[in-house]
Amino acid sequence: MSPEKTPSSEPLFGLEEMELNFGPQHPATHGVLRLRLKVDGERIVDAYPIIGYLHRGTEKLFELHPYFQNVPHTDRMDYVAAATSNLAYVGAVEKLIGMTVPPRARYIRTILAELQRISSHLIWLATHAIDIGAMTPFFYTFREREVILDLFEEYCGARLTLNCMRPGGQPYDLPIGWVERCREFIRDFPSKVDEYEGLLTNNRIWKQRTIGVGVLPPEVALEYGVTGPMLRGSGIDWDLRKAMPYEAYDQVEFDVPVAHNCDTYDRYLVRMEEMRQSGRIIEQCLDDLPDGPLMAKRPRVLKAPKDSETYYSVEGPKGEIGFYIVGDGTPNPHRCRVRPPSFMNLQVLPEMVRGQLISDLVAVIGTTDIVLGEIDR
Amino acid sequence: MSDDEQKRPTNAGEPEPSAEGDAAKVDAAKAKAEAAAAARAKKAAEEAAKPAWERDPVAPAIEDASDDPLAAGLREAHGASLEHAVAVGGELVLQVARGEIREVCQSLAEDYGYRLLVDLCGVDYPSRENERFEVVYLVHNLEENRRIRLRVRVPEGEEVPSVCGVWRGADWCEREVFDMFGIRFADHPDMTRILMWEGFHGHPLRKDFPIEGIDTGAAIYPEYYDDAAGPIGGTGTGWKPSKAEADQAPETTDSGKAGKE
Repeated sequence: MSPEKTPSSEPLFGLEEMELNFGPQHPATHGVLRLRLKVDGERIVDAYPIIGYLHRGTEKLFELHPYFQNVPHTDRMDYVAAATSNLAYVGAVEKLIGMTVPPRARYIRTILAELQRISSHLIWLATHAIDIGAMTPFFYTFREREVILDLFEEYCGARLTLNCMRPGGQPYDLPIGWVERCREFIRDFPSKVDEYEGLLTNNRIWKQRTIGVGVLPPEVALEYGVTGPMLRGSGIDWDLRKAMPYEAYDQVEFDVPVAHNCDTYDRYLVRMEEMRQSGRIIEQCLDDLPDGPLMAKRPRVLKAPKDSETYYSVEGPKGEIGFYIVGDGTPNPHRCRVRPPSFMNLQVLPEMVRGQLISDLVAVIGTTDIVLGEIDR
Repeated sequence: MSDDEQKRPTNAGEPEPSAEGDAAKVDAAKAKAEAAAAARAKKAAEEAAKPAWERDPVAPAIEDASDDPLAAGLREAHGASLEHAVAVGGELVLQVARGEIREVCQSLAEDYGYRLLVDLCGVDYPSRENERFEVVYLVHNLEENRRIRLRVRVPEGEEVPSVCGVWRGADWCEREVFDMFGIRFADHPDMTRILMWEGFHGHPLRKDFPIEGIDTGAAIYPEYYDDAAGPIGGTGTGWKPSKAEADQAPETTDSGKAGKE
């Protein structure tokens, strides 16, 4: 627009900083994340995330239902990784009441949690790559994710909102032939990961878009309470599966990948290796799967003692997902606080995008691997 | 045993028991008690022999932990601000005075290596007389792989010192506690709502907040929306024209927009 056509007297040129609204409905925000950006041309000066568009009051709902009936609420938080949310919740209730889970149930839980980790990482890879402009991995990863969802469907009847665990154990045994089908998938899976890596790892465009982008130094990551692959991508070797083993993780061998360059590319490498390690864990669990009961002895109505409280957490695909439950002697929890990993990980986003380009912001949102259902609860 | 002895004399019609009969009864009662104790011990042994998942659930015990080295060290440094220390199932839980929480957190982070703030949340206990709320801090030491909880009691309307200066991750957590419980944090850089919208009245996770919600009325954004018509009535676009826009184009908002462009 030429200056003489501008009716207002505001200058068009010489404008240095402007505010830009990003989201809440934008395909690259993975849901309803809104960002207020202060930009200088294409460079981001500052970012201010605004959340809460998906707030459903889950923590309030927890207080209204008995312990058993709260499991489905946990599915709806991180809706691409329902099994690990289930696991954290039932583990917290078991710790609060003092129940011990039988070994077969522990192994089944480990298998389900690791399958869920793979499927969550596949979604992350698909959306992250498509945000950056690589269309093909999307179709490859959804092919494998479909197999995992079929396995879940066979086990518990649902594909996403699984509701596949109960306080005290597992509701069902594995169906006939499930172990073989799972083994078949796991046997082929490493070659599939090679396929994804063949598309991206040495791809020049992929490297240009991710190396040195969204650098998160380890001390900043710790200060903000970042956990999961984000923390391990910043060079801190901390994984709850190793640090405080739960379920069957102390019975299996696996490595925790750690990368030291703290950028988007390294976090990509960490998650790719995590998928391979999850495959290893599942394979060992299928080999050692013990026989026996699936459910611990438990009262028909769970009541936590008055003034009891506990915190229990597991390593979810996004980071540490934990539940802080306060019991008051009734069948309902007095308070059930969720420690959402994405919430803490999103908080560090402004630190990672300062000085970067707007198109890099899209890569950084992808690499934080957020799910707004869990952030807003 | 004592029940048996007390019941017997009330049996009317029976003759007064003799001394020998008494002794015999005491013996019998003793034998019965022994048998019961043996049965209990046998049951306990059976219970212990069972695999853990077939036993009755036992909630973790709460023990006094004031002699824990960490608690003792903190008490030495901060005196009475450490109100009490317990271990819940082996996990240390410290109750800290509200005014001193930032100093205690500072020394935990700097002197004891608790560099990771795992979580910070609020709890509402409406039955408590004057200290209705509790703020819970969960911190982790990566080197020792140890996790402890701090609890602070807060009366209605009082402020808690913010720990954002100790762990920057506390920022959003404290905003969430303010949003959900109405507990304000002193010296917080941005004490605004985070999950509910600005202009919302009430704090949803308080126990007296109704589950069906409250009628917040149309004035969600009183500065933007028409008070009576609400977000979707009024101007048609949902946005109340600003004063400058209204002056510029008094007839419709559309021409106001065009004029700006």
